[in-house]
Amino acid sequence: MDRVDNVLLPELDGPVPTALPRTLGLLSLALGVGALVAPGPLARLAGVDDSPAAGAAIPAVGARELVHAVGLLSGRRPAAWTWTMVAGDALDLTLLGRAMADRRGERRRRLTLATAAVAGIAALDVAAAIAVGRARRARARVIRMEIAVTVNRSPTEAYRFWRNMENLPRFMAHLESVHADDLRRSHWTARGPAGHRVEWDAEIIDDQPNKSITWRSLPGTRVPNAGRVAFVPAPGDRGTEVRVQLRYAPPAGALGRVVAKLFGEEPEQQVRDDLRRFKQVLETGEVVRSEGSPNGISVRQQAMQRPAQPLPASRR
Amino acid sequence: MKANAWMGTDSVKVIDVPDPTIMNARDAIVRISTTAICGSDLHLYHGYIPAMRKGDILGHEFMGEVVEVGPQVRNLKPGDRVVVPFPIACGHCSSCQRGLYSVCENSNPNAGIAEKIMGHSPAGIFGYSHLLGGYAGGQAEYARVPFADVGPLKVPDDIPDDQAVMLADVFPTGYMGAEMCDIKPGQVIAVWGAGPVGLLAAASAQILGAERVIVIDRFPYRLRLAEEHVGAETINYEHADVLDTLNEMTAGRGPDACIDAVGLEGHHGNAAMYAYDRAKQATRTETERPFALREAILACRSGGVVSVVGAYGGFVDKFPMGAFMNRSLIMRTGQCHVQRYTRPLLERIQRGEIDPSFIVSHRMPLRDAPKGYKIFQKKQDDCTKVLLTV
Repeated sequence: MDRVDNVLLPELDGPVPTALPRTLGLLSLALGVGALVAPGPLARLAGVDDSPAAGAAIPAVGARELVHAVGLLSGRRPAAWTWTMVAGDALDLTLLGRAMADRRGERRRRLTLATAAVAGIAALDVAAAIAVGRARRARARVIRMEIAVTVNRSPTEAYRFWRNMENLPRFMAHLESVHADDLRRSHWTARGPAGHRVEWDAEIIDDQPNKSITWRSLPGTRVPNAGRVAFVPAPGDRGTEVRVQLRYAPPAGALGRVVAKLFGEEPEQQVRDDLRRFKQVLETGEVVRSEGSPNGISVRQQAMQRPAQPLPASRR
Repeated sequence: MKANAWMGTDSVKVIDVPDPTIMNARDAIVRISTTAICGSDLHLYHGYIPAMRKGDILGHEFMGEVVEVGPQVRNLKPGDRVVVPFPIACGHCSSCQRGLYSVCENSNPNAGIAEKIMGHSPAGIFGYSHLLGGYAGGQAEYARVPFADVGPLKVPDDIPDDQAVMLADVFPTGYMGAEMCDIKPGQVIAVWGAGPVGLLAAASAQILGAERVIVIDRFPYRLRLAEEHVGAETINYEHADVLDTLNEMTAGRGPDACIDAVGLEGHHGNAAMYAYDRAKQATRTETERPFALREAILACRSGGVVSVVGAYGGFVDKFPMGAFMNRSLIMRTGQCHVQRYTRPLLERIQRGEIDPSFIVSHRMPLRDAPKGYKIFQKKQDDCTKVLLTV
């Protein structure tokens, strides 16, 4: 995950549960220190102070908890560490179950309480492990693109056209409309297959006149997405290098499949086509059409070209 | 309207299709008066150009009368008589502004596939496959002309169709082939191919001041045109070794510049050489038969120019890179940037410096287009150039 994603798609930071693994790490730290420093009182608390093995087992559990604590608090590979915690919990519950089998009375009561506490922690660990895994998969689904085109227009002209977000559907094929609510916020509607529509609100989060524009969908969007476009003077007085970075995070499930179809099998190629249309609109005034490609550039359409002959009246 | 459409390998047919309409604000609709079959149409006819679809209207050499213009076309009006350049060019991208119209950056809506094959996309061309845009061609009663404010040239009434339609492709292409040779006084120019482009390249080389022009082909009637109309010397490669003859004619120097006006469907006097590339082409392990190009490179004077205007589509085998590199040769090439040449060449025609219509051998109505393709393909009846009248 590069830094740009964190800037462009803060939604993705949300589901990455850093708080829960940290809390669990602190708990492990306390348990581990307790088990190493005061194994005797801990054995009494758990009702196993009569066992000769407890004197060795409890510091070992403590050492393991310290390792977990270091791992979780380091913040690295939280998914792996939370699942290791779950494995440790299972081991502890097994030991406690064995101890319970041959104890009666007050010791059994204490063992039951200890088992309940460990089971509660185990439940938390499982929840954390699942949440971390889900967030990781969401991040893995994020599609990132960086594509550029050279346009024979000044950075100012290119910036101005793009800055009016309502112009975007003129060259972004998957967009049906963009409505600017005000200078920052806009409402986007994308056209999907079979009449499906995906809508979201977006805001411009950084605007450097004649240089760059950065926007992202508002939190809560079902398809978090974000983009940045930079307008850099092309060397040799050849207009402007228009450099686009795009990120979107398709959800899993049915909506995800709609979004996937929206962008086709080659999302990069589609964005490349979008930029080609942007160039056409800026340089020639509109999207260039031929009889074989009456809707203009489209890689998907190239597979199903019509013959190069005038359109029938019904298709005009 | 009636239009001549590609129906498969070795098959064209005049079919009924809808009339064209304005699709872009800079379009014009032209009612065609004269259109021509180009040698490069035979590459399509033979199925060597990929991305053709059944029903594609062919033809990229045409002229006629403007009948409708889009709202952004201010230089033309209905009734104007125009000839239309074969490359479609927007006039506003960096390439167009540098005069490189045939590599216009905007006119190919199917640039994505062209890029996969060629690295970058060239311009769209009328009636020349979906790789080059999927544009309907001009072997029809009407054509839609995109960027009509850039391409079409108004033709004065006193210039007949036979001459003016040559400005759509073959005359500018031949002229550019000669221009790329950068001809200096005293130079000897050799031209492979005595088809329309080769003959007009030879004629242009004369206009541009070549000392001698040598044309190489295998059809006596075409070589006769080169001698009689261009004043060129000729070599029939079926009867003479081209390299030996050129060395002899130039006292061992080789021609100062060599123009390849043959392209991807060359023939070779040596049956084994021909069979080798023909077989590779038939099995699609090579897309071209580049005999002329190989020979031009070997023949050319060290430090000379090899000018390639014959059409190529894909990949060439056995390219004599050693000769090319060690002898400091220069290759210049390109689909013709027709828009750059139409006006100056029209003026040369008006001044009587050249009548490019000397290459025309056949005239027939559009409905006979399939016959025209057959005659041209088989080189029957001394066929050099077929004009279709509408």
